[in-house]
Amino acid sequence: MWSVDLFANAIVAGLLLGGFYAAVSIGLAIAFGQLDIVNIAHPAFVIVGSYTAYIINRHFGLDPVLIGILFTPVFFLVGAAIYRVYYVAFERTGQESLSGLAFFFGLMFIIEVLLIMAYGVDYRLVSAGYIGRTINIGFVGIPFRMLVPFAVAAALTVGVYLYLSRTFTGRAILAVAQDRLALQLMGADPVKIKQFAFGLAIATTAIAGSLLIIIGPVEPSVGRQYIGRVFAIVVLGGMGSIPGMAIAALILGVVETLVGTFMGPSWSPAVSFGVLLLTLALRPSGLFGRK
Amino acid sequence: MLKRRSFVRASLASGVIALAAASGSLLSFTAQAAQPIKIGFSMALTGGLAGAGKAALIAMELWRDDVNKKGGLLGRPVEFVYYDDATNPATVPGIYTKLLSVDKVDLVVSSYGTNEIAPAMPIVMRNKLVFPSLFGLAVNDEFHYDRYFQIMPAGPEPKLDWSRGFFELAAEQKPKPQTVAIVAADAEFPLAAAAGARKNAQAKGFKIVYDKTYPPSTTDYTPIVRAIQATNPDIVFVASYPPDSVGMVKAAHEVGLKAKMFGGGMVGLQFAAIQKNLGPLLDNIVNYDFWAPEPTLNFPGVNEFLKRYQEAAKGKGVDPLGHYLPPYAYAYLQVLEQSVDAVKSFDQAKLAAYMHRTTFKTVVGDVKFGKNGEWAKSRVLMVQFRDVQPDNLEQFAGPGKRIVVYPKEWKSGDVVYPYKK
Amino acid sequence: MKGRAFWASIVAVLVAGLVLTGVVSNEYYFNALYVILQGAIMAVAWNVLGGFTGYVNFGSAGFFAVGAYTSIALGKAFGPSLPLPVMIAVAALVCGLIGLGLGYLTLRLKGVYFSIATLAMAIVFETLMNNWSYVGGARGAYILTPDSHLWFNSYIEMLFMVMLLLTLGSVVVSRALNASRLGRGLAAIRDDEVAAECAGVPTLRLKLISATVMGAMMGVAGAPYPYFVTFVDPASAFSLFVAVNAIAMPMIGGTAHWIGPVIGALLVGTAQQVITVTVSSELNVLVVGVMLVLFITLAPQGIVGLAQKYLARRAR
Repeated sequence: MWSVDLFANAIVAGLLLGGFYAAVSIGLAIAFGQLDIVNIAHPAFVIVGSYTAYIINRHFGLDPVLIGILFTPVFFLVGAAIYRVYYVAFERTGQESLSGLAFFFGLMFIIEVLLIMAYGVDYRLVSAGYIGRTINIGFVGIPFRMLVPFAVAAALTVGVYLYLSRTFTGRAILAVAQDRLALQLMGADPVKIKQFAFGLAIATTAIAGSLLIIIGPVEPSVGRQYIGRVFAIVVLGGMGSIPGMAIAALILGVVETLVGTFMGPSWSPAVSFGVLLLTLALRPSGLFGRK
Repeated sequence: MLKRRSFVRASLASGVIALAAASGSLLSFTAQAAQPIKIGFSMALTGGLAGAGKAALIAMELWRDDVNKKGGLLGRPVEFVYYDDATNPATVPGIYTKLLSVDKVDLVVSSYGTNEIAPAMPIVMRNKLVFPSLFGLAVNDEFHYDRYFQIMPAGPEPKLDWSRGFFELAAEQKPKPQTVAIVAADAEFPLAAAAGARKNAQAKGFKIVYDKTYPPSTTDYTPIVRAIQATNPDIVFVASYPPDSVGMVKAAHEVGLKAKMFGGGMVGLQFAAIQKNLGPLLDNIVNYDFWAPEPTLNFPGVNEFLKRYQEAAKGKGVDPLGHYLPPYAYAYLQVLEQSVDAVKSFDQAKLAAYMHRTTFKTVVGDVKFGKNGEWAKSRVLMVQFRDVQPDNLEQFAGPGKRIVVYPKEWKSGDVVYPYKK
Repeated sequence: MKGRAFWASIVAVLVAGLVLTGVVSNEYYFNALYVILQGAIMAVAWNVLGGFTGYVNFGSAGFFAVGAYTSIALGKAFGPSLPLPVMIAVAALVCGLIGLGLGYLTLRLKGVYFSIATLAMAIVFETLMNNWSYVGGARGAYILTPDSHLWFNSYIEMLFMVMLLLTLGSVVVSRALNASRLGRGLAAIRDDEVAAECAGVPTLRLKLISATVMGAMMGVAGAPYPYFVTFVDPASAFSLFVAVNAIAMPMIGGTAHWIGPVIGALLVGTAQQVITVTVSSELNVLVVGVMLVLFITLAPQGIVGLAQKYLARRAR
């Protein structure tokens, strides 16, 4: 049963959802899209971000988004340290892809179990003043619970994009993805750059995690549901392209929502991944990817 | 002289021998009496169902400690042998065969949840064991095993009994609602509940205007609730698991769902952390439950049990109040205990026969099994949330927040209709 | 392994299995062995496309589950009297065809893009199964244990022998692929596909063979699963654990040689079974994770790699 307001609402809801997906995927767009590190544990780090937000919110009552932002330096350092291990073990010896993948698989399980051992498997939620309120613009309703994550995600995406394209370090990161030797000749240490980039990627999970727990309840194995989505978004958008990733995330959010509203939500995953398969078949480098 | 000494020696010797023999048999008697009785099971301690599984284990250990304080089962101390099935059905056959053939347990009970109970059934049936089971929906509908006993009070027709109360309540309202929306998560329990809801709705003459399912990995439920709202249903029946229950309730509030009755089969609204977080959003939702701290449900022993559970649950990362699964986890072992004590043996056939014909007195009240090992009479309660204060866990520990509105024999208040003021 | 020694070992293992069923009556061991053998078939299968040819399949659970659901669908259509070998054969056919399709996909997608596509494919299949009510949909299906178990003492013993036969069969096929001219062609593709193409290797044909064999083997691993576990639903059949094990086992054992996945499966599978019934609880998952990380970091070529290094050092 089609109607204009249902359609409009679905589009808006899809965009909001897509914005959130972008926040979750941006770290992977850097790690995987630009550095070719198959970090399958990325969603697990997001869950750690969610738990961080939960604990601080419960004890000190701080707003979850604020907590996410405050913790980015901590997550950055963790990311840098993990990259160091990864580099010494794999990249230096040239073993990346498959071994790196297995390494991160193992890391994903370890993170999940440590969370279970520390906090149990009960669902965790946060409270914030704006959760539950809705703005209504005409016949379109926008819940704050989705709007705030969208706004933060947009800021995060724009921020990261500007950083990568305007600052020296940022451009070095883009360069190391494209041409490592040239970068070395320009006087930058590729390993240090990559370490910085991976730290940045993990730093974004602090924020993404806080957004996730604003939207819904979290428990340690929730990360698994996002593995497929985040990789699909990065690949669909095109490896190495932040704007591409953002657009892919929005597309995925809108497609999932439209299918869920008009066809039946149980078909959403098939449609989203069907879109991915189609893109891969027709244009493997994604929407905006470098060839 | 010699004769007397040898006589004394002989009598001393025989005295010593007699004493040795007596103490020897006494020792062996106590040694046999002290030989533990092993109860084996698998439980979800990791994975999706672990929250409830761990809570159930705490309750079961309380039972074991109680029984051992009273001297054990038939004088023998009770020991648990259990393994984590990780909410993965594939581990269950291996675990139960190990329990039986290697650990040589004397009695078995089930894990928590249909997915974990079903794989054990063929093994339990082959070994002709009594199988007290914890919260699986209509598992025995497939097997028709006569030694299966389900402690969840779904009733003789579990899939229908689950939502019967919801629709009966709806049908009683004036003016009678016309249309129903049914929405369920794509998973075993919610789909079974939705199937029953469909039949109940049709039986009561309602028109079903929305009937869809969603994948459990859905992030945002607002579009789903909007699509439901677009069909203008009077009644909305939701069958969901905890994260989606939260999502649906929040979305219903944000969209401003105009239904007159909302709820039905939402798992998770019985859990303390979720109740605290949703707070006033829960007001007037009518949902299933199996126990609430209402005066009509003040069964002997249940409040003392809950206090002890709450003490034991501190710091373990499980539901702090324990109103949902733990009392039933305690009760299904009480059924086993009372049967063993009455029949005075561990003979499985005798135990099964006793379990079929007896009404047990447990912390969840009277338990009587009927067809297929389900409860002879359904006790799926329909509970309505009232006057919930925000961010307050303690309010749920006592009466007044979850009013039992169905069935009549357990009612503690009348339903408030429509759902939104 | 030289031909004669190899075949002798195969026969020896088969006979040992038969003897085991006669001598051991404790069902638990057959349950545990079933799971380990299932892991072995999946590992061997994955390695055909992953280790030999260099195309990493993230969606192994998809093939496994489709194999399982083929059995379920056949069971519902023709009744439980349909013999297991027929179900296995049909599952091999269906999953082999899917593998063939996957092989064609490699024309367009290389490296990690291919892997993402396999993941997407598995999710699409999972959604299809969730919505196919004939096999139970998301509610799952109950598969009752059939009465007949031939001359074996119990049904699980028969399943164990079936799995043993299937495992030995997969190993034979895998070794044939590895040691033959075909295998050298696959290795050439793995090392540098463009160069191989230039050197005249029929890359498309080899990739199709590799992918079809992998698909068929994984389907075969999944076909008896419903009879083992009694209750199957898409969430557990398409589980992440199946996919991870299929990659972890060959990686730990060593991907270049046909025996690597077997070693990896025996080691990891046995460890998992032992942990399930001893340490239990979340430590089980932690151990798998730690094992994976340690092995990958310290022995990237797997156990076979370690053995080869050791032998090479001895030779000096």
